[in-house]
Amino acid sequence: MMRAVSFRLNGKPVRMTVDDERMLLWVLRYDLGLTGTKYGCGASLCGACTVIVNNEAVRSCSTRIKDVARKQVITIEGLGRAGQLHALQQTFLKLHAFQCGYCTPGMIMSAYALLLRRPRPTRAEIIQHMDDNLCRCGSHKRIIEAIQAAAQTTKRGAR
Amino acid sequence: MTGEGNLSRRDFLVSIAGSGLFVLFRLDPLLAQEPAHLPTRQGYPTDFNAYLRIGQDGRTTSLVGKVELGQGAMTSLAQLVAEELDVPFDSIDMVLGDTELCPWDMGTFGSLTIRQLGPVLRGAAAEARAALLQLAAERLQSPVEQLAAKAGVISDARDPGKRVTYAQLVQGKRIQRHLEKVPVKPVSAFTVLGKPAARKDGLAKVTGKAKYAGDMGLPGTLHARIVRPPAHGARLKGIDTSAAEKIAGVSVLRDGDLIAVLHKRSDAAEQALALVKAEFDLPAPAVDEKTIFDHLLKAAPQAQVVGESGSLEEGEKLAATLFDLMYLNSYVSHATMETHSAVAKIENGKATVWVSTQAPFMVKTQVSQALGFTPENVRIITPYVGGGFGGKTLARQAVEAARLAKIVGKPVQVVWDRAEEFFYDTFRPAAVVKIRSGLTSAGKICLWDYKVYCAGDREAKQFYHVPHQRTVSAGGWYGGNPPGLHPFAIGPWRAPSVNTNTFARESHIDVMAAKASVDPLEFRLNNLTDQRMVRALKAAADKFGWTPRRTPSGRGVGVACATYLGTYVATLAEVEVDKATGRVRVTRVVCAQDMGLVVNPDGSRQQMEGGITMGLGYALTEEVRFKGGQVLDRNFDTYEIPRFSWLPTIETILIENAEVPAAGCGEPPIVCMGAVIANAIYDATGARLVQLPMTPARIKDALK
Repeated sequence: MMRAVSFRLNGKPVRMTVDDERMLLWVLRYDLGLTGTKYGCGASLCGACTVIVNNEAVRSCSTRIKDVARKQVITIEGLGRAGQLHALQQTFLKLHAFQCGYCTPGMIMSAYALLLRRPRPTRAEIIQHMDDNLCRCGSHKRIIEAIQAAAQTTKRGAR
Repeated sequence: MTGEGNLSRRDFLVSIAGSGLFVLFRLDPLLAQEPAHLPTRQGYPTDFNAYLRIGQDGRTTSLVGKVELGQGAMTSLAQLVAEELDVPFDSIDMVLGDTELCPWDMGTFGSLTIRQLGPVLRGAAAEARAALLQLAAERLQSPVEQLAAKAGVISDARDPGKRVTYAQLVQGKRIQRHLEKVPVKPVSAFTVLGKPAARKDGLAKVTGKAKYAGDMGLPGTLHARIVRPPAHGARLKGIDTSAAEKIAGVSVLRDGDLIAVLHKRSDAAEQALALVKAEFDLPAPAVDEKTIFDHLLKAAPQAQVVGESGSLEEGEKLAATLFDLMYLNSYVSHATMETHSAVAKIENGKATVWVSTQAPFMVKTQVSQALGFTPENVRIITPYVGGGFGGKTLARQAVEAARLAKIVGKPVQVVWDRAEEFFYDTFRPAAVVKIRSGLTSAGKICLWDYKVYCAGDREAKQFYHVPHQRTVSAGGWYGGNPPGLHPFAIGPWRAPSVNTNTFARESHIDVMAAKASVDPLEFRLNNLTDQRMVRALKAAADKFGWTPRRTPSGRGVGVACATYLGTYVATLAEVEVDKATGRVRVTRVVCAQDMGLVVNPDGSRQQMEGGITMGLGYALTEEVRFKGGQVLDRNFDTYEIPRFSWLPTIETILIENAEVPAAGCGEPPIVCMGAVIANAIYDATGARLVQLPMTPARIKDALK
């Protein structure tokens, strides 16, 4: 149903009139031009479309736009602050924790949600939290190391 | 790194360049014997300006027809240019895979980027540098021997006031000076090659700014969803699109067999597609994933002898023990995270198509034929590609987008959904290998009679020292198969042929070692004469802390080794097997690789880690299930690829061998994964797995 929906996106207010049953992924990618969030499977099975909604990692391919009304949405484009890369982006970059890069935004957003909740996760917690984010190139080893490194550099988690 | 080797610099260039022009799908060009002397830049432009532009701002743009799939080509190729041209690595901008700007290239596959294009690009940069030195000598009125180039500046060693930058010399133009027989730098002079470099694609990829073919966002784009058959071989009987056409903004286009619904939003096109009622005639399914192997043995094309020495009869006479086993592997999907994507724009009779592809110049031909356009009126642009592994060699989606754009007169985007991706994937072929072998009473392999069906003959030949041997291959991934051999498309999959051949060979070597009651590493060393392989095995074993025992020792350790187009790989692994459930956990993998000159050590380790991790999938879970032409796996719920929780401890070793020309790196590390895990499972349990993937059900069966 066409409706006016408001939410905060990467810190800025958004108000749009849309069919509110549409999935957040497509609204982000095509209506709002934020293509950092990727389509991978369309069924919450791969994590390429992961974004943050009210501090939780969600799969935007399966999240209706009406379910983010009045909420805070953060995408990969909104992660750095004032021209500075977020600690996770820095460690992913430094450790080359990516290859093709297609899963990378989803990986970073999932990891961001983990660090919000657990600023100093154990390796086992990282693996458990990240297990449904798929990577075909096999960057898993470096992604775990990058998350560990980011957790070391942030004072109180990933703020 | 040591000093200069025996090869002259020029020979180095000559001996590894070439093998450019081949018809990919008819034969495997990489197996062709390379003649001792090939002209450089075969198939590539001879003018170095095609690869290099020095801008007035002092930055260098390097143009190459390869593409960035994640393998790091953008970075390692920039290193080659930085080294030979003597410009800072950070001052190089790479343009890849744009058919209008970049020189021709066959495609990005076969771990050929460094092996094949590398010498061409190095040679081009070296020639450009030499030409710049000459131009500088004339301008500065200094003898060229007195000049030195560093970081894009040429100065006179005796008179440092005399200096000129590349940018000043070139003035943004092409360099009109060409030289012959310009040497490339010796290994001892390297300052950039052989050292890690920051990935050129890094910042774009961690910020979400990296653009893939589905991210172009051209104004006015229509998103197309295409009516697909439920099975390969199905024929359309009838179609009713009236319900879909009632959705506002939807248009339905039909061009022969191509029927699509289009909308300015992809999700609306998707909804409209769901309203299309299409009826198909389905062929009766002939095979499935269980019956396929018998079918392949019966229907495979005629076998060809690809290697032979001695006499099998003699070998059999020498044998104290004979072995006869058959190895199977299933169809495997590429399952790249980015599905096939393209957006096509046609303006003034010219098509521009942004495509996720490994072979933009092949796609250019495909699109120009489909549209009836001359090749100069088709431009293919390859943005970042979200994984390839051989699966993005052909680009059906680009043709679909271009055909629809031509009809509708607006840009059309085609992004396959995950089910389409599985359906149209060019799977790694299911295959059968039969090996008959013999062992002398002294534990030497005396007979090797090897037959591979449908995997292909790349690296099928034996590299162990066996006096009496024959290798025979029937069919492969590169075409020439009889119609109906496979119920769907097959094609190259990371290290084509070689995962299958290595699984069979290295499993079988272990079977013989066990029978001989000899430690499997020692057995290999006893039967090898190739010292590069011996060195790779010893390096991996040292790191692993291998202690010799006859198998099965109950420890769960295994070894396997292989060659891949000039690269040597030795892999050791440790596994835990839950005998009750049949589940395997790979806990540790140590891999040593000798690929000659290593351009980028960190990039090479990335490829090795990636290959090892990806290889867990075809070893343990990945298997396409199907019923005739109907592909039953449509998403990641049933088609399981490796996850974080599967990750073993991975240790990589780069064997220093810089005087040997660079071979490939991206494919070799995956090839041992089937056999090394099979061998470790045998060591843990005494059960020999002869079929990939080694699922819990198959392991439990083997344990009975």
